[in-house]
Amino acid sequence: MAMVEPRSTKYRVLASHLGMLAFIAIILFPLLMVISISFRSGNFAAGSLLPENPSLEHWYLALGIPYTGEDGVITQPPFPVLLWLWNSIKIAVISAVLILALSTTSAYAFARMRFAGKGFVLKSMLIFQMFPPVLSLVALYALFDQIGNHVSWLGLNTHGAVIVASLGGMALHIWTIKGYFDSVDRSLEEAAIVDGATTWQAFRFILLPLSVPILVVVFILAFIMTIMEYPMASILLVDTEKLTLAVGAQQYLYEQNYLWGDFAAAAVLSGLPITVIFLYCQKWIVGGLTAGGVKG
Amino acid sequence: MITQTLSSPGIESRYTMTREFLKWGALALLVAAALYLILALYVQREFVFAMLFLVLTASAVVVFASKRFYAHRYIFPAIAGMGLFVIFPLMYTVGIGFTNYSASNLLSFEQVQENLLSRSFQSESVRYEFDAYKTPEGYVLYLEGNNQDLVTPPINLAAGETRAPLVPATSVPDGEPLQIRDVIKLRQELAGVKLITGDKRELSQASLRSFAAIHPQFTLHENGTLTNNQTDVTYFPNHDIGFYVSPEGEKLVPGWTVNIGWDNYLKVVMDPSIRGPFFQIFVWTLSFAVATVVFTLALGLLLANLLQWDQIRGKGFYRTMLILPYAVPAFISILVFKGLFNQNFGEINLVLENLFGVRPNWFSDPALARTMILIVNTWLGYPYMMLLCMGLLQAIPRDLYEASAMDGAGPVNNLFNITLPLIIKPLMPLLIASFAFNFNNFVLIALLTGGAPDIIGASTPAGTTDLLVSYTYRIAFQDSGQNFGLAAAIATAIFLVVGALSLINLKLSKIKV
Repeated sequence: MAMVEPRSTKYRVLASHLGMLAFIAIILFPLLMVISISFRSGNFAAGSLLPENPSLEHWYLALGIPYTGEDGVITQPPFPVLLWLWNSIKIAVISAVLILALSTTSAYAFARMRFAGKGFVLKSMLIFQMFPPVLSLVALYALFDQIGNHVSWLGLNTHGAVIVASLGGMALHIWTIKGYFDSVDRSLEEAAIVDGATTWQAFRFILLPLSVPILVVVFILAFIMTIMEYPMASILLVDTEKLTLAVGAQQYLYEQNYLWGDFAAAAVLSGLPITVIFLYCQKWIVGGLTAGGVKG
Repeated sequence: MITQTLSSPGIESRYTMTREFLKWGALALLVAAALYLILALYVQREFVFAMLFLVLTASAVVVFASKRFYAHRYIFPAIAGMGLFVIFPLMYTVGIGFTNYSASNLLSFEQVQENLLSRSFQSESVRYEFDAYKTPEGYVLYLEGNNQDLVTPPINLAAGETRAPLVPATSVPDGEPLQIRDVIKLRQELAGVKLITGDKRELSQASLRSFAAIHPQFTLHENGTLTNNQTDVTYFPNHDIGFYVSPEGEKLVPGWTVNIGWDNYLKVVMDPSIRGPFFQIFVWTLSFAVATVVFTLALGLLLANLLQWDQIRGKGFYRTMLILPYAVPAFISILVFKGLFNQNFGEINLVLENLFGVRPNWFSDPALARTMILIVNTWLGYPYMMLLCMGLLQAIPRDLYEASAMDGAGPVNNLFNITLPLIIKPLMPLLIASFAFNFNNFVLIALLTGGAPDIIGASTPAGTTDLLVSYTYRIAFQDSGQNFGLAAAIATAIFLVVGALSLINLKLSKIKV
């Protein structure tokens, strides 16, 4: 490129590289530290980045296996981390599937059909979505308390309640999918309808196969959002064996019961899969994030 | 699909009939289930919830039964979900803000009355010592009175709650009475026994060795007052504060929920022990959100600029590394920082002590706690800004920079005269959204500091690092008083702020529907 290059460019490039590497070192410090801590023996032992006497005790406990120390003392796992991980994944998969199914059909109606109150509904959905659910927790708590008196799998302290509550955050996904549908040429569906397909068939057999990329993005976004959800799950779930990872993980770091090493192993064990999924999908996730926010 | 349209008319109509039958059958089943739920809620006097489900069911029937609302069928589940879990809780919360709903005023008036009337006390004047005898048919209880002894027929104690008549005893039952340790073993079974005397009085176990008469604690009068039968004090229902009150001003707990108008809002404005912390928290919430947006944007824009630069090699590597804080689940990284910043055994203080010989109190000093929160949130938030900026920077034509370079402009000039003016417009709505998100960043505060250190002199739980949301949450769920009414009033105030923000956002982003 015929860019004008001042002489100082070489030094500026070098400085940029050094600056970014230094910054990455700062970014990586907490993450590497946690991995290191998970291999240290004891819950308070401080030390260098490379553990002096590496021990797998925290990893045994994180995986739910009782650990026998060198002095013969058997430590029981403090918390069922794998069960929490399983709960989180179960809740996230079920609600992501439900969110995907419901928001796809809604987005189809918003993108392709004409009906009264469309613009109003779309806009108010966007506004209401901005309210943090933390503020209506009292009402949600009362609501699930009441429903639970009659429908036991939807009451307090059930996974059903957390799954159903996560459906409230659908507006963003509806907007994202609608934005994509708007970009698909509608003449294909119209041709199918002329050939005798019903509206539903045109949607199911023409539009959906064309929209797989955005559906994957929304599924991943909904999945990650549900896994990370903290306030609602912390109010709705009570029993230790029913908690999700986000609620359970903080039990390691109570001031009176500070299990730093055990937490580190559990954090690496449970955080790693989510991090890897995220990094693997980052291209699509970024696309989905900006699509929902910027495009109309 | 194609085979269907080509199939013979007979098969077609049978297929349609089956479908219709299935559709109406499913709808009827759902409506029946919903009506059961509504009726059950109505019977329990939960009118608000019964109304909510009635509206939902009715609109479902209308939408799914009428051809006119075909398009609405597709959006109904999503709208119903929003209505049930976003809009209804919001309105309900606003409503609670005008009541005294709290741990001591949780029930309705009828439930409170029922609760009080179901209480009983044991009269000391009618009291019998007893002995238990084991017989082949069951246990016989023998009560020693002042002038007459009473005895029961053999009772099967294993049956749980038992009622047994008492008859005047002619003689002491045969055999030895049970030893005290055997009576202790029977303790649970005996507690469920009610003995009915000849004049219809009810006796129950008062102590290990005695039975006594039970009386209802309160009597309800025609005019709605309650009299305590033990102390003879009369209590008047006060529907302004939701308590039964004696003439001396003594309140009966529990109270019931009543509408108290603007009291909760006035409390926030007038009561100095609430007003002070509230405004302090409000100012901190604002500065926290603004600072977070500024820091994350500055850092994100800088990094995005560097990553856009043609001269830099290894962009893929840098990008993946820089995105890492965004990829790690937030609830894990926040807790990791909570540990790393720990005063005594946190790694950050260890490094600081080795390098500079200082050990800051990250969690007990307000200024340091706030600094820590900003550091952590910048760490968490800059990748998002970086990604957004990278997308927006790509849209700026390269030749603009070339022209400015010809004119001798440096990177700083470029930034303020070309880059910022061009990206600020599309970025604005996203910045407002980010501001709103951080204004309500509950998870960060709840997991990192929990609001600590506390504000001194506050009558509600309030911390120097609390945001308005976490403050509200603590008033509602952590305070011993669980003041839902006050929490809802503060939540309503936040609703207004956030609602205004999202309206501005909608206007700025010029979203077309």
